[in-house]
Amino acid sequence: MSLLEIKNLHASVDGHEILKGIDLTINAGEVHSIMGPNGSGKSTLAQVLSRHETYTVTQGQVLYNGKDLLEMKPEEAACEGIFLAFQYPVEIPGIGNAYFLRSALNAIRKYKGEDEMDAMDFLPMFREKLKLLEMDDKLMSRSVNEGFSGGEKKRNEILQMAVLEPKLAILDETDSGLDIDALKIVAKGVNALRTPDRAMLVVTHYQRLLNYIVPDFVHVLVDGRIVRSGGKELALELEEKGYVFETEARQAMLA
Amino acid sequence: MSSSNLETIRSLAEQDYKWGFITDIEEERVPKGLDEKTVRLISAKKNEPEFMLQWRLKALQHWQSLEKAEAEPTWANIKYPPIDYQGISYYSAPKQKPNLEKLEDLDPEILRTYEKLGIPLLEQKRLAGVAVDAVFDSVSVGTTFKEKLGEIGVIFCSFSEAVQKHPELIQKYLGSVVPYTDNFFASLNAAVFTDGSFVYVPKGVKCPLELSTYFRINAAETGQFERTLIIADEGASVSYLEGCTAPIRDENQLHAAVVELVALDNAQIKYSTVQNWYPGDKNGKGGIYNFVTKRGKCQGVNSKISWTQVETGSAITWKYPSCILQGDNSVGEFYSVALTNNYQQADTGTKMIHIGKNSRSTVVSKGISAGHGQNTYRGQVKIMKGATGARNYTQCDSLLIGDKCGAHTFPYIEVRNSTACMEHEASTSKIGEDQLFYLRQRGLSAEDAVSMIVNGFCKRVFKELPMEFAVEAQKLLGVSLEGSVG
Repeated sequence: MSLLEIKNLHASVDGHEILKGIDLTINAGEVHSIMGPNGSGKSTLAQVLSRHETYTVTQGQVLYNGKDLLEMKPEEAACEGIFLAFQYPVEIPGIGNAYFLRSALNAIRKYKGEDEMDAMDFLPMFREKLKLLEMDDKLMSRSVNEGFSGGEKKRNEILQMAVLEPKLAILDETDSGLDIDALKIVAKGVNALRTPDRAMLVVTHYQRLLNYIVPDFVHVLVDGRIVRSGGKELALELEEKGYVFETEARQAMLA
Repeated sequence: MSSSNLETIRSLAEQDYKWGFITDIEEERVPKGLDEKTVRLISAKKNEPEFMLQWRLKALQHWQSLEKAEAEPTWANIKYPPIDYQGISYYSAPKQKPNLEKLEDLDPEILRTYEKLGIPLLEQKRLAGVAVDAVFDSVSVGTTFKEKLGEIGVIFCSFSEAVQKHPELIQKYLGSVVPYTDNFFASLNAAVFTDGSFVYVPKGVKCPLELSTYFRINAAETGQFERTLIIADEGASVSYLEGCTAPIRDENQLHAAVVELVALDNAQIKYSTVQNWYPGDKNGKGGIYNFVTKRGKCQGVNSKISWTQVETGSAITWKYPSCILQGDNSVGEFYSVALTNNYQQADTGTKMIHIGKNSRSTVVSKGISAGHGQNTYRGQVKIMKGATGARNYTQCDSLLIGDKCGAHTFPYIEVRNSTACMEHEASTSKIGEDQLFYLRQRGLSAEDAVSMIVNGFCKRVFKELPMEFAVEAQKLLGVSLEGSVG
């Protein structure tokens, strides 16, 4: 059984159709990359899969771990192991990072019928993950994302992912706003989480990220549809020719 | 707001009031209505010395003149039908054996009531480190740890007992901060108040226990008019907390209390309130009218008075815990969280009156509105001529949940000394869909997500509460908001 099976997925916001029939299958252990120009629906796909309620699914089916993902609330999807690394991480004033993360971890553990983790057990594990992302301890007692630089916010997303250990991690433009050093650290963190039972969906504009997080499959999303799929070399080809080429090819096909 | 978020907010908002039960107990009460006879009756019941009766009668006279002149204040941003002051019974007390020796002798129904409220009064179950005065309707029914406090000279007892045993202190300080002429509700209180708590901390004593009063309104068609007086003598310090609940009743009930604090040279008083009177139902029926005058006087040099309030209950809240900063280098603080949900209305804030040199004040107010709630911050900072070097910092933030509620801010600033330094910051924000989604995507339920955002918003104030009560306040906020996510 595949971890994620998307069939003919159509989604719209305010009556405006953005996803126009997506088919995609992801197995455990695989890293897939979705590339595409601005406005092609990449982020929408990431949001629909993490159950953002702004989007209405008008057609199609998504099976996750054999369950109907589209029936799930955001927190259910999260507890079932879907994690979204946000393109724009949100600030929560007054709530400490470590406290927030432990609450989230315990919500997930509770859902799975596991015992909650107390602060004594949580902290050593947490410190371990901080080291992986080369993050300062001090950031952790600060409020969630408040006053963080763009790079710190993105690193914080991957830190959360490392703590919550999802089955399916969706990275939405994780490279945007990162300088090359920060990008390497983030990629190192992500790569450390590549395991045979975990899958990743990496949404990105640029091929650059994929030099560091090497995907097994690359899909090109144009105007709400996947127009091409291939191996990692497809990303290089796109880098060279640009999306215009794909867009034109698609228009030619439709004509 | 998306529909499921809205539903969660709604269900949070409509959560049942857990403290709404009624204790079935025989009460002694005076007939409804207010005139000289009523006041004389109350005073006689309490076996008061002549000076008390005279003070009450003067207050009554003043109040009657105000009522005649229709001088009930109307400037607050609240709406309510006229109150029938003759339709209230001004004294209601549980019938009990006179002169209780021990708390164990209390009516078991009353003991059970406080236990249900989480305030066990009997020795073996008491909260460690907290002494409690329990006020049930118009009278104090018991005070814990009284003897232990007595050993170090701290007086902590009901107001009535203080009138009997320490009349000289009462005569000296009663009305010295809030005179009976202060305002409509303070006059009413002065005429008819029945009990409350009294604290005196002698010179140089740091009170080792948290002192607290738990107010419970039980009887129907009565009001509660209590009066609290706290005096910290030179170099003394004390931390005091009050909590309040009432049964669910369809009619509105009036609560008009007065609190006076006096801090002498180098003394400190920290006064915390967790106010959870019955707020009325989700359609705005019933609930307590909470019209309260609280004021502290930093009389001595280097004295400090700090107010912290968490206001989640009452149909209407009208209160402005204030500081008169008379002593040089005195410090006044006000930290407030006020939450209005359903049809609750709050008009609350503070007054900081700077008289002494280098007096400093800090005001942090967090207003949260949900449902149809209307939340007003009203604050006055006044720097008098002689207050050279005075400083004030004010921050007032409002958080809106849903789109039917309102937040209002009325700051008044009056400066008569050019060396003063004033800062004022204000913000209004809405709980954002993006914040909620972020937290839910990490596995938190919508309710927990709202509760977390609100708690984060209030953190600056919760930090000021005594530890045990900070946890209580957080929980209370969660409950008061239950059903309001969105």
